[in-house]
Amino acid sequence: MDYQSVFGATAAAINGGATPLSSTAQEHTMATVLCCNCGVPIDGTSGLSMCYDCIKLSVDITDGIQKESTLSFCRNCERFLRPPSQWVAAALESRELLALCLKRLKGLQKVRLIDASFIWTEPHSRRIKVKLTVQSEAFNNTIVQQSFEVEYIVIATQCPDCAKSFTVNTWRATVQIRQKVPHKRTFFYLEQLILKHNAHRDTISILESKDGLDFFYSQKNHAVKMIDFLSGVAPIRTKKSEELISMDTHTAVRSYKFTFSVEIIPICKDDLVCLPKKVARAAGNISQLVLCSRIGNTIHLLDPFSLDSTDLQPSVYWRQPFTSLTNSSNLTEFVVLDIELTGAEKGRIAMADATVARSADMGRNDTTYYVRTHLGGILHPGDTVLGYFLSNANFNHDLWDTLDQRNIADVVLVKKSYARRKKNKGRNWRLRRMAKEYNEMEDSAAMSTKQRQMEADRIERDYELFLQELEEDPELRSTINLYKAPNSQNPERVRPTRPTKMEGIEEGEEPVADADGDAAMEMDEGEEVDDDDDESDGSAPDVGLDELLDEIDELTLEDAYQSE
Amino acid sequence: MAVRAQFENSNEIGVFSTLTNSYSLVAVGASENFYSVLEAELGDVIPICHTTIGGTRIIGRLTAGNRRGLLVPTSTTDQELQHLRNSLPDSVRIQRVEERLSALGNVICCNDYVALVHPDIERETEELISDVLGVEVFRQTIADNVLVGSYCALSNQGGIVHPKTSIQDQDELSSLLQVPLVAGSINRGSAVVGAGMVVNDWLAVAGLDTTASELSVVESIFKLQDAQQGAITGSLRDTLIETYT
Repeated sequence: MDYQSVFGATAAAINGGATPLSSTAQEHTMATVLCCNCGVPIDGTSGLSMCYDCIKLSVDITDGIQKESTLSFCRNCERFLRPPSQWVAAALESRELLALCLKRLKGLQKVRLIDASFIWTEPHSRRIKVKLTVQSEAFNNTIVQQSFEVEYIVIATQCPDCAKSFTVNTWRATVQIRQKVPHKRTFFYLEQLILKHNAHRDTISILESKDGLDFFYSQKNHAVKMIDFLSGVAPIRTKKSEELISMDTHTAVRSYKFTFSVEIIPICKDDLVCLPKKVARAAGNISQLVLCSRIGNTIHLLDPFSLDSTDLQPSVYWRQPFTSLTNSSNLTEFVVLDIELTGAEKGRIAMADATVARSADMGRNDTTYYVRTHLGGILHPGDTVLGYFLSNANFNHDLWDTLDQRNIADVVLVKKSYARRKKNKGRNWRLRRMAKEYNEMEDSAAMSTKQRQMEADRIERDYELFLQELEEDPELRSTINLYKAPNSQNPERVRPTRPTKMEGIEEGEEPVADADGDAAMEMDEGEEVDDDDDESDGSAPDVGLDELLDEIDELTLEDAYQSE
Repeated sequence: MAVRAQFENSNEIGVFSTLTNSYSLVAVGASENFYSVLEAELGDVIPICHTTIGGTRIIGRLTAGNRRGLLVPTSTTDQELQHLRNSLPDSVRIQRVEERLSALGNVICCNDYVALVHPDIERETEELISDVLGVEVFRQTIADNVLVGSYCALSNQGGIVHPKTSIQDQDELSSLLQVPLVAGSINRGSAVVGAGMVVNDWLAVAGLDTTASELSVVESIFKLQDAQQGAITGSLRDTLIETYT
């Protein structure tokens, strides 16, 4: 009996139970079996009893995976909860949100994730849909791929941070920083230092008040950390006080509010200081009349006539505090007529004898002053320089009165003065600012609108002075972060190196030369006249591009529009 | 005739029963449903015997038999042996086998003429098999499995083997058995065809999960179609059989 036969696939289909392998196909040795579900002939050696289509139909690999989940969302700060307790900012349809969504799904570890993408949903619907493609082994070595959708319900909640911010009086510790000087430059610098070192991270709020800033913290150790930071960067004295809020008499558990009063020594850079005799003696017998050349966590004092210098520790200072004689707002401008180096040098400073005349005297009289200065390295005849005009000064200061008036120089030169550019124009860098609240309770009653306006003007002037100081002092600049200004994309325009004498011509050409001569610039033109008054020789130093940091989050649509 | 049945929620009915051309064994269970199915089909034709082997219900895996005889393992008690002797026809020889591989149903696969056995089976057992069952004995494997009884369901008309069995193996086996063989599955894709079904020359009982296409393979290869369908049976059967020499 011979059962061998040759037949077509149609016969196999009709019969349903057939194994359509003719003897002519002997060369491939696999046995044909029928899919147990649909009867399609498949290769039996794979060890499968079902065809791939039937496996796909009958097996659900997404069985153990959640198809619906929830996301907690803080409506105020627009952050999503990453369990257990982290709140992360994630835009809709962003990678971060997708990562968060996938992390929320239980059972996803059992399968291999191939693809995940968002399906657009109306944001108001508070639903996020994610389409997932997963692979898994259904039977032995059969990989099945399957796509499915997961719907997330966005539940609006309030995160603990926001909840705290909406509750008043949640602070446990405050740091009150004060410096009793008539300007705010120290705080501008301190603000930049804090920003650079991210020292304000734990702060829950910052309050600006007269002569200083208040930092509020939810925990005492955050405040202590801040004080540690401050004592590293500024000459300070701290005082701690505590207020008992509540006490449990049974367990003797108390809760306190802590206040740290931080006082910064009221001496700033470029101040003229008259040291008490004892302090001067102790500091290497330095002259009593010195300039403050730098402020770190100590005060660096320099005698401009002998180039002697000393560091004054805050602890020494507070033993016998004194105020500065005068500050940089009282600087007078001089013109250098002649300068002669004496040869004495100390580091980068060189001693010189200079003949100067007051700028105000130019063309009026021929009064000149022959002074010794520490600015020999940077002054040239014709430069303008700022200095204290002591022979004309009338200080109301006890220590000053004890000095031998005959031995005091007429003029103390402090720093070179540069031609100032027009306000806010062409500055290719800018600084970050901290968000501060203004302490209205303290001032609103006492100040009229006009006074407040004056106060604002004064602060703005101080800030401009601080920016100029930064431009002139690369050492100071290196301690803080400077960012590229958004409108200075073009490097050619960043450094307008032009002699000041050409200013008049330059300005005439400006609307043509400047590509973006926008409205703000036009307004500046009007102010030019009074700005030009104090301009003289030597253009203002510029900040090199390599010192600036990109501010990525500042790249906005506006920039794209400008570059078009 | 091929039917589906379940033994107390288990589809592996070949574990709980044995079916030959002259008798049938059914395990003692709490429910008589499976027995009823067999009784309806076999009726008065052959005796159906309720029994246990060594106190267990897995009689299909522990015993091997055909029309002429029945082999039971050493674990069979005297009472059980006596009960079998009383229940089965006198023509059926019943023999207890002293074999280390005591699951005789797993290691022996036979019809009334030929038996395939586990390669490691003892010499004495082999002789017993050929004496008691009156068959030729071949030591074989099916798709590299030594448990030939589990992976093969065999009658005098044909046989189903493990789905992974290659065509060369099928050729070799069918030339030994002198019946056509087909690779196939039972119980919706289960490869243990010997445990998933029992078969004799006119009846096959498969597990309840067995699909229509699996059952049609069973009917074709074991020639179980009704008489009026006989006209197409021949051609249908031809399509199933890979080779038969």
